[in-house]
Amino acid sequence: MIRSISDLVVINLRNINIVNYAKYSSSALPRLSSEKYNIKRKNYGAIKPPDIDYFKSLLSNDRVLTEESDVLPFNIDWIKNCRGQSKVVLKPKTTEEVSQILSYCNDRKLAVCPQGGNTGLVGGSVPVFDEIVLNLSSMNKIISLDEISGALVCEAGCVLENLDNYVRDHNLIMPLDLGAKGSCHIGGNVSTNAGGLRLLRYGNLHGSILGIEAVKADGTVIDCLRTLKKDNTGYHLKHLFIGSEGTLGVVTKVAVHCPALSKSVSLGYFGVNSFEDVLELYKSAKESLGEILSAFEMADNEAISSTVENCKLSNPLEDYPFYVLIETSGSDESHDDEKLNRFLTKEMESGKIVDGTITSEPAKMKNIWNIRESIPGAGLLDGYVFKYDISIPLKNYYDIVLLLRKRMGNKVTRVYGYGHIGDGNIHINVSTPEYSKEICDMLEPYVFEEVAKVKGSISAEHGVGFRKPQFIHYSKDGTALQLMRDLKQCMDPNGILNPYKVLPDN
Amino acid sequence: MARVLVGVKRVIDYAVKIRVKPDKSGVVTDGVKHSMNPFDEIAVEEAVRLKEKKIAKEVIAVSCGPAQAQETLRTALAMGADRAIHVEVSGPEYETMQPLHVAKILAKLSQDEKVDLVIVGKQAIDDDSNQTAQITAALLDWPQATFASKVEKTDAGLTVTREIDGGLEVIKTKIPAVISADLRLNEPRYATLPNIMKAKKKPMKKVAAKDLGVDLAPRIKIISVEDPPVRQAGAVVPDVDTLVSKLKEGGHI
Repeated sequence: MIRSISDLVVINLRNINIVNYAKYSSSALPRLSSEKYNIKRKNYGAIKPPDIDYFKSLLSNDRVLTEESDVLPFNIDWIKNCRGQSKVVLKPKTTEEVSQILSYCNDRKLAVCPQGGNTGLVGGSVPVFDEIVLNLSSMNKIISLDEISGALVCEAGCVLENLDNYVRDHNLIMPLDLGAKGSCHIGGNVSTNAGGLRLLRYGNLHGSILGIEAVKADGTVIDCLRTLKKDNTGYHLKHLFIGSEGTLGVVTKVAVHCPALSKSVSLGYFGVNSFEDVLELYKSAKESLGEILSAFEMADNEAISSTVENCKLSNPLEDYPFYVLIETSGSDESHDDEKLNRFLTKEMESGKIVDGTITSEPAKMKNIWNIRESIPGAGLLDGYVFKYDISIPLKNYYDIVLLLRKRMGNKVTRVYGYGHIGDGNIHINVSTPEYSKEICDMLEPYVFEEVAKVKGSISAEHGVGFRKPQFIHYSKDGTALQLMRDLKQCMDPNGILNPYKVLPDN
Repeated sequence: MARVLVGVKRVIDYAVKIRVKPDKSGVVTDGVKHSMNPFDEIAVEEAVRLKEKKIAKEVIAVSCGPAQAQETLRTALAMGADRAIHVEVSGPEYETMQPLHVAKILAKLSQDEKVDLVIVGKQAIDDDSNQTAQITAALLDWPQATFASKVEKTDAGLTVTREIDGGLEVIKTKIPAVISADLRLNEPRYATLPNIMKAKKKPMKKVAAKDLGVDLAPRIKIISVEDPPVRQAGAVVPDVDTLVSKLKEGGHI
């Protein structure tokens, strides 16, 4: 008997989250970010033994990491692109500790890199030089859940998947979901305004975050931790901490509005012949499925075939130029099925859906989602991946993949596109055996120029982080950038919070 | 060319967290997502492959249970079974139904439908009994090839590779026979849309267990269903010496 149970575990292990896989399979260390990108250290204080003593007196010894091997994983981002040189990791357990740490660092002008689950894709979550890593993983308590309003209050270091499992027990669901859910923290999600797979249905975090408690660079605790849907008293300060990537303050607690868990969920996975058909299908899905449409994702053939190959998954369908994943979530199975069947019959007859499969069995849905969610990590198994995460008008959505294929030719292993059609957000991955400056220069700023031409965004959901400040002007004009600088000056005059990130040098 | 009977059971989906009812009479099944027992899915896949290889001429799927068992049968039809038989069993009867009951039903149907091969999953993931194939073979007095990881047609019969402790065993059997499917036999396909649509029109016959002459009177009484013990939280120890002394303290070494 035991053998059969372990057999089933084997099935589950096949689908283990690629995030963890990639994170711990680091063989060779990436180059230091400062050398790779030629960055100069700014004039911050250097950490001295008395500083370490102070931190140890504040936290317990085991929450101050200084051994090189202990600190190393906190210095490297998970796509193994960036490596910082931090010598110390602090793991506060309370807001007061965060406040005391920041107040001390601000006085000593010590730079700090706030870090959540370290699953960011633009190097925002790892230090560049010797910034102190302020890791919030020990702040992982759930504080309260109002089952009537759906307001969940928790600490910033809670892992997204744990929160989702917790609220599911109360017939609620987290308003966001992404491939990194098993590692990423809600605080990091909020700080980077993470998008993900449910955005089409529940909107972005500016809508679903009800309140935030954050600590400013000088240690002041800003308490905006309300659980109200409506609150028009003065400036909407919480929004300053959503998406500012830890440059304006450290998020310590959040209140999230959790929608009701849908009783009836179905997932379809379809083969489609052309990108035009993908767009037509999206239009038709919106019309036919209306309020039950909860995700509309696409991936091109190369994205799926490389993922299936690299991660040893099985593709439920044969080869098609494009794949579309449609999820519906509703409250009444027979009502949803009826709608879905009508839609499927129509689109199979029209030929937009060439083949496909549909299921409402949780294990099968998980397997299909797993293919989609494994795409971001799968490219890493080719060696190195240049990742671009752009928002562009849907009519131009896929053009850039074709342009890049032509431009890069056989200089790279693969160029592929996938993403959230419903949100106009495409992810473009260019995989190569290893990082190469030549390839990088061919891609950047070319990709950003193309995006700017169609008035897109150079970073739809990954943020600016360390990798994109020099390109932010493609999406933000001078006056907007100046206001961002003014805000930074006001909230963090010494610039100790997450330096070298988000804001470009003058 | 053979006619194949496949047994499929509707079980709680393996991705769902199992909850014990407060009165400990069983597990909560109301409003819980169910799907086909994964090992039965493998059995269906194998039967359909036999048909595709023209070794089988017809695949009949059978499920015993309340009305919802028909959903599981539709899945089998969408995967490629030709027709289905739903053996109706009421809710209360179903709770005390055992492999012996199921085997009697499968044996009777095998004779009525003149099948040459019965394929079932090696066990269901809910009660983990692992008995249905063996009892069915005994009742029919047919050879059995359990825990199959490979099935090939040879001469007048089949060559079956079995997963056994410490390795593989290859046996030859004549048909009619009973096979139970192990995990590595195949990877079941996803039902495709055209086949899901077609499955809606495939025939599904309903029969009552008593019409097959099978008495479903309970042979067991469920006394109590309990959660497994909760795993105790671990503790981080600072060094090896502390670890050793803790292990000694707990009487582990």
